[in-house]
Amino acid sequence: MDADLNIETIGGTRVTTTQQDTMGSSPSSPSAVFSVRDLNVYYGRFLAVRNVDVDIIERKITAFIGPSGCGKTTVLRCFNRMNDLIETARVEGDLQYRGIDLYSANVNATEVRRRIGMVFQKPNPFPKSIYDNLAFGPRLNGVKKKNELDDVVESSLKRAALWDEVKDRLKASAMGLSGGQQQRLCIARCIAVEPDVILMDEPCSALDPIATARIEDLMQEIKKDYTIIIVTHNMQQAARVSDQTAFFTTEVNSVSDLRTGVLVEFDATPKIFSNPSDERTEAYVTGRFG
Amino acid sequence: MTVVDSPAPVSLQLSGRRARSERIARVLFLVAGLTSVLVSVLILWSLTREAWTFVSQVEAAALWTDGWFPRRGMYDIRTIVLGSFLITGIALLVAIPIGLSAAIYLSEYASPRLRRILKPVLEILAGIPSVVLGFFALTFISPEIVQRFSDADQFNMLAAGIAVGILVIPLVASVSEDAMRSVPNALREASYGLGARKISTTVRIVIPAAVSGLVAALIIAVSRAIGETMVVFVAAGATGGSLFSTNVLGPGQTMTAAIASQAAGTDQVVGEGLTFQSLFFVAMLLFIITLFLNLIADRFVRRVRQTY
Repeated sequence: MDADLNIETIGGTRVTTTQQDTMGSSPSSPSAVFSVRDLNVYYGRFLAVRNVDVDIIERKITAFIGPSGCGKTTVLRCFNRMNDLIETARVEGDLQYRGIDLYSANVNATEVRRRIGMVFQKPNPFPKSIYDNLAFGPRLNGVKKKNELDDVVESSLKRAALWDEVKDRLKASAMGLSGGQQQRLCIARCIAVEPDVILMDEPCSALDPIATARIEDLMQEIKKDYTIIIVTHNMQQAARVSDQTAFFTTEVNSVSDLRTGVLVEFDATPKIFSNPSDERTEAYVTGRFG
Repeated sequence: MTVVDSPAPVSLQLSGRRARSERIARVLFLVAGLTSVLVSVLILWSLTREAWTFVSQVEAAALWTDGWFPRRGMYDIRTIVLGSFLITGIALLVAIPIGLSAAIYLSEYASPRLRRILKPVLEILAGIPSVVLGFFALTFISPEIVQRFSDADQFNMLAAGIAVGILVIPLVASVSEDAMRSVPNALREASYGLGARKISTTVRIVIPAAVSGLVAALIIAVSRAIGETMVVFVAAGATGGSLFSTNVLGPGQTMTAAIASQAAGTDQVVGEGLTFQSLFFVAMLLFIITLFLNLIADRFVRRVRQTY
C-alpha cells in the first residue's frame, strides 16, 4: 500500500486527508474515527483490560482478535458506552470519537449509541414483525410518516441483502427467520438508524459457514459507507475481512491469579498475519497458542 | 464358558433395603399428592350438594329482589355479585398503576443492590393479615381519605376497595416484575444499542415482550381481589344484608363477605329455610369465577414461555 490522497465526506462536509500506509502508527491520524489512548477497563476492582491504544480508521474494517477472556468484547463495548449498563464497569483513559471524549461528563450515552450501532453475538431480533424491527430505530428518532418508514425499511433490508428473502412477509414475526437471516436483520436494523460506526461482537459465532460467508460479503459491501469494528474468535475471518487487526491476549497476575487483557499488537491485517512484530502474536496466528 | 470364569458376579439389582425405602418414599409422596386432590374433590362435592339443594328449592322470584337478605328469604344474587365487581374494580384501579409502576422500577431502574432490599419489603407487605388492612380501611382510609372528600358513610365500599387494592399491590408488582425480568437482556441491549432511552426500551420492548405475563398478573390480581373476604367484611359494612346499590360511597357486600357475615359468630347459620344453602350457592359461584380466571391466567403464563 502506498500513500494516497483520499477525499472523504465527514458529517456532510468534504474533507481531504492524506492516509499513510502505516495505519495506526501516527498518534492521531486525521481519518481516525476513534482514537484510544491508555484505556483501562475495570469491573469493580478487577482490571479487565489495560493499556489499550488503537486508532480506528474511517471506512475500514478493524478486527479485534485474541483468546477467550482477553477483553476484546469489553473494549468493543467501550466504543458505544454499552459498558455503562454493567453497574460495576469503570473506564479509564482517553477514548476520542471524532475529537470528542466519549466518557466526558457532557456526553450522553444514548446519543453516542445513535451514531455508533452494534450487532451482537447472538442474533437478537425483537419479538415483533420484521417491519417493526427495522422501523424501531427510525421511530425513536421521530420518523412517523408511513412512506418514510417504508423507504427506510426497504433500503435497509436491501443493503443487508435480506430484502428479496423477506419482502413478501414484512409483517411476519422476525423470530421465524433463520439464524443467519436474523443476524442480517440485526445488521439491517442497525443500518436503518444510519450510524457512523457499526460495532460487531462476534456476529458469526452462532452461524453456519454459509450464513457466515454472507455476513462477511455484506461487511465488505457496507464498509463503503461505514466504519466497522469486529470482534472475532475466528482468525481466518479476521484475515479475510479486516484491514487492520488488533491482537489481544491475557496476562495472568501471579499473585491474584486474575487474568487481565492486554493489547499486544495493532497493525495492518496482512502484517499481523504474515509478519507480526510480537512473538505472542505470531504464536497465536500460527495456531501454536489459543 | 466365560460366565464361569468371571471373577466376581456383578449384581445390578438394588439391595433389598434400598428398594424398600424407595417404595416407601414413593407411597408417601403419592399419598401426599392424593390428599390434596381428595380435599379438593370433597370441597367441590359439599359445595355442589348444598348449592343444588338451594337451586332446586328456591323460588325464582326470591332471586330478584331489592337486596341480599338471606335471613329474610331475599336472595338477590345481583347485589353481592355487583358488590364483588365494584370492590374488585376499585382495587384494580389502585393496584394496577401502583403495582405495575413498582414492578417497572424494580425490574428496569433499581440497581441490583436496591432490588435486593426492596423485593423482600414488598413481600412483607404481602404478608400483612387482611383483617389488619380491614381495620386500616375502617379507621384510616374511610375517615381520613374518603370522608374528607365526600359525604360517604363510615362503612363504604370505596374505602374497602382501596384497602383490597393495597392488599393486591405486592402480588401485582411481584408477578409483573417476574414477567419483565424474564425478558432476555439481549432485547434490552438491542434497544439500547439503537439509541433508545430507558423509558423507550421499557415501554416499547420490555412491556410488549412481557405482555402475557402482565396480563396473567392482572388476572391473578382480579381473582385475589374477588376472593378477598376480611377487608370487605370489616370495612364495607352491611353485615346483615345489603340493598342493591351502585353507590360506592355507601355500604355494600361482596360474595365472600356475604358468606362470612352469615356464618360468623355462631356455630349455626341462623335464618329461614334456605339461608344456609344459599351460602353454598354463592361459594359455588365464586369458585367457578376464580377457577375460570385462574385457567385464563395459566394459559397466558404458558404463552409467555413460548414467545422468545
